[in-house]
Amino acid sequence: MLQFLAQHSKLFDQIGINALLALSLSISLRAGSLALAQAAFMGLAAYVGSIGAVNYGWNLIECIVAGALAAAAAAALLALPIGRLRGVFLAIATIGFGEIARIAEINAPITGGAEGFSNIPNDAGTPAIYAALAATGIALAIFGRSKAALTIAATREDESAARGVGIDTGAVRLRTLVAGAVIAGVAGVLYAHANFFITPGDFGFPRMEQILVACVVGGVTSSLGAVLGAAVMTVLPEAVRFLNDYREVSTGAILLGFILFAPGGIAGLWQRRAS
Amino acid sequence: MSRSTGADLSIERLAVRYGGVAALEDVSLRVPAGTVVGLIGPNGAGKTSLINAVTGVVRASAGSITLGAERLERLPQYAVARRGVARTYQNIRLFAALSVADNVRAGAVRLRGALDDAAVRALLERAGASEADLGARAGSLPYGMQRRLEIARALAGKPAVVLLDEPAAGMNPHETGELRAVIRNVAASGAGVLLVEHDMGLVSAVCDRLVVLNFGRTLAEGTPAEVARDPAVIEAYLGTPA
Repeated sequence: MLQFLAQHSKLFDQIGINALLALSLSISLRAGSLALAQAAFMGLAAYVGSIGAVNYGWNLIECIVAGALAAAAAAALLALPIGRLRGVFLAIATIGFGEIARIAEINAPITGGAEGFSNIPNDAGTPAIYAALAATGIALAIFGRSKAALTIAATREDESAARGVGIDTGAVRLRTLVAGAVIAGVAGVLYAHANFFITPGDFGFPRMEQILVACVVGGVTSSLGAVLGAAVMTVLPEAVRFLNDYREVSTGAILLGFILFAPGGIAGLWQRRAS
Repeated sequence: MSRSTGADLSIERLAVRYGGVAALEDVSLRVPAGTVVGLIGPNGAGKTSLINAVTGVVRASAGSITLGAERLERLPQYAVARRGVARTYQNIRLFAALSVADNVRAGAVRLRGALDDAAVRALLERAGASEADLGARAGSLPYGMQRRLEIARALAGKPAVVLLDEPAAGMNPHETGELRAVIRNVAASGAGVLLVEHDMGLVSAVCDRLVVLNFGRTLAEGTPAEVARDPAVIEAYLGTPA
């Protein structure tokens, strides 16, 4: 078992990081916000954490705190222009933000540009990644039973009716965006510190697409579903390597299958079976 | 019975205009705490526009809306609700995928603490929905039960005033009879009730006073008996003989 874990440690690390990213997106989705800026928040935090470590000698905890704060600040600023957007308009606007962030990372003088940023300390191993995932999972489980979680669910279900019972739905959307950004920021710093090297391309639209697919496959409003979806969609490309050039087809086929036959994702299937 | 903190709702010279169309013009009415005021009128008279203006869904173009000593007409919708104005909707707007219990609890988010199951059951009983399963999806309930659940959600926040927008729509006569007791019960708890309804039997039975709107203006006001005799009301509802 230990040998198996050691052989596949990079894959397990990737599952943990992708699970954090899926959790970060699921928070916004719980409020009904299709805000697709997680890859951008992840990238911003990754660069803040990497530059802090390489140029200023910050340790991993300092890098995580700084990266998460930077991502939270970016989310709060992003919420100003997009606060009134919903649905596909919100999705397009946040994807646009992601592209702006990626291009800024290419052109900023301290990021290493398109060549990437290297020599990042390799101090985020499997224990650190899974400690962050466990802490996030526990926090979300506790939060899930709170009154705040009910306001998020009500906002998702019917925004006008939610305002009608006294819920400031704009504030709910802002808080979920910022909370999701913090988690994506933690994932970004861990990603950078687990891989020694990052480029702006690591945080572009394909990454965002990967996070969204994990959430859809897992179940968009379930923490456990997000984690399972991330695990499935991280392992799947490795498991179907024998398909060579066609292996990306398996991702699309699974996504299509869930959308058509199990829109509640893995969590929905689980709940249906339990009931 | 959990009591509401009653306060008079006063609407003075209210106007609501959508572009060049006047939905309400110069409408004034009062809903004293502990009373039921009916708001009636033909379709398009402006009844729902008035409820939407009071609750902050639409902005009043002119006039004032006051709850107790507090002005409401410039507040956003959620802030109006937090000050104790609750409502139901002409077309039911429950949180359909949430449980019955969570729908009721959502109605109490303005209060400190959370409602336990016993409090949720008590509210459902007040709204005549005691047989509802707390864990059932709200959207899966029969239509009449959804109406009563919406009333329970409105009562959960201990409102000062409750605005009921056609609560008897789609209910059978037996359910309407039960609704009559529910509405009187709400008023007896200290809350004011503004009832928009087409069922004149229900309106006459539960309302202390009636306000009649026609083409966005006040046509008549008085007790149900006075309004029923008013020639202008008779003409608006029934037309004049040729």
